[in-house]
Amino acid sequence: MSALKPSKLRAADVVLEGAGGLSTRKTRTALSALGIMLGIAAMVGVLGLSESSQADLTRKIEALGTNLLTVSPGQGFGGGDGVLPESAVGSIGRIGPVERTADVIALDASVLRNDVMNQNETSGLSAVAADLDLLNTLNGSVATGVWLDEATGQTSNVVLGSVSAERLGIISVTDGIQLYIGGQWFTVIGILESFPLAADLDRAVIMGKDAAVEAFGIEPNPSVVYVRTNAQFVDEVRSVLPATADPANPEEVQASRPSELLETQDAIEDSFTNLFLGLGAVSLLVGGVGIANVMVIAVIERRAEIGLRRALGATQSHIGRQFLTESLLLSALGGVGGVAIGAAATWAYARTQGWEVVVPLFAVVGGIGAALVIGALAGLYPATRAARLAPTEALRAS
Amino acid sequence: MSPALELIDVVKQYEGTPPVRALDDVSVRIDQGELLAVVGPSGSGKSTMLNVMGTLDRPSSGAVMIDGREVSAMPERRLSAVRAQHIGFVFQQFFLLEGLTALDNVANGLLYNGVPRRLRRQRAAEALATVGLDHRLDHIPSKLSGGERQRVAIARAIVNKPTIVLADEPTGNLDTASSTNVMELLRSLNASGSTIVVITHDRDLADALPRQVMFRDGKIEHDKARSR
Repeated sequence: MSALKPSKLRAADVVLEGAGGLSTRKTRTALSALGIMLGIAAMVGVLGLSESSQADLTRKIEALGTNLLTVSPGQGFGGGDGVLPESAVGSIGRIGPVERTADVIALDASVLRNDVMNQNETSGLSAVAADLDLLNTLNGSVATGVWLDEATGQTSNVVLGSVSAERLGIISVTDGIQLYIGGQWFTVIGILESFPLAADLDRAVIMGKDAAVEAFGIEPNPSVVYVRTNAQFVDEVRSVLPATADPANPEEVQASRPSELLETQDAIEDSFTNLFLGLGAVSLLVGGVGIANVMVIAVIERRAEIGLRRALGATQSHIGRQFLTESLLLSALGGVGGVAIGAAATWAYARTQGWEVVVPLFAVVGGIGAALVIGALAGLYPATRAARLAPTEALRAS
Repeated sequence: MSPALELIDVVKQYEGTPPVRALDDVSVRIDQGELLAVVGPSGSGKSTMLNVMGTLDRPSSGAVMIDGREVSAMPERRLSAVRAQHIGFVFQQFFLLEGLTALDNVANGLLYNGVPRRLRRQRAAEALATVGLDHRLDHIPSKLSGGERQRVAIARAIVNKPTIVLADEPTGNLDTASSTNVMELLRSLNASGSTIVVITHDRDLADALPRQVMFRDGKIEHDKARSR
């Protein structure tokens, strides 16, 4: 009588047997992996797109700078005239960390395409007079034509914000188009790119302050002052801005930081991301139920195989492990496929948006990990059922 | 010679109303190198006999000795090991896995013995040569004739050199020519040392074997060597 060695199934064989079970039922394998695949693809895609758009937003914020502040008259009592004291720009410029300032004066003048149009058909555009340093202060750029300089800023010339140009139907400045502003003719010499941090200026028609004084005899009280500060002292500068701009009524002055708006937008996108992630998780769960279903059917269909394996010496745990491995391989297939599809979708969409493509590592690892967890959970019950099947019953089934 | 398998006072009772005694105080001793038939009509208890001899089922009472080891009270895990090392099964329905070649089906006979894959295949090729199918190694079951499939199944049963081969109606799904062929194969395996039990309802087939254990209603009706 020789010693009885325990039954043994090598680890490599567990994987081979599991893969074998799947490869003999290719269509079913593909379809049930598809469920998990869609769930994972949705989650990876959502995370990838969210990260890509966030990266784009961050890049935008960085390009525009978080060190831009705007100073404007508040809405409080006595702030009704909507202007800051004339001295405001000079005082702000003397704050130590302030690097650059530019003010804008709103003009009470309608912008018209020509002198026969109704005074009220202004397309929501406003005329403003601006400091020649405005473009530099805002890190803005010219789309076509030129920005105002010492000479053009003194005479009847205007530069259009991006939205203004669009609404007026002006795409080129080469043929000296003229606009009828507040009863006088001005020549369009440039069109600006959009200002993400100062959307008001996109809808403005901008002339030099000297030209405005000349044409309309305005008071040089700024409506908005744009302030570029040393990035390390943004908060400090912001806190002293109201008192500096209007020492008499600091409470009527509002100092804000436009980049905070983009950060808010970012937060809103985050909450959408969470919503979509939730939907992805639900579809993942549905995929898991699909796998469990397919595995239960497999156990019923393959009773004879289970019986045969028990007759060949498989222990209950060998049988359980084989079915669990099948379930895990199935879900891993879905996980890897899903990550690939999600990444591809992110890539494709980010490219159309001109974003930098970011597929976060945690989405890749998390996606495959989640698939495996689902696969393990889905396979547990069928595997237990297969393992507990009595060999005599399994063999009788056929 | 020491027995390959021995049943001592084995009772197998299925609970119910009334309870069914599928094996009623059965004792039988099978020596190494024997070739015998367990024969009886359906319902006589021979399938239960197969399950108990093959450790697929436990007796209600009595002892089952395989290779000198009492197995009826062994835990499940140890029973699996007994099947992996000591018993080769041949079934009426062949039970070959359709996705695998003849070679891999036979190699599966060693799957639960911890034998590495390369060695399993090597020994499977030898076993297939023994049953005369060394030209069919890469065929999948559906490309084989019924007789060939049963020979693949027999190769799988002997690939681990078991103490005893239990063949359950091995010719039940075969035509006459293939049946003759399979029985000749079993006889020649027996001639080279294998202990083989053929479970069958076919009296003629049983009569052609050296020993017949005849069942009726869960009892051994008679146990005799072939009259010469």
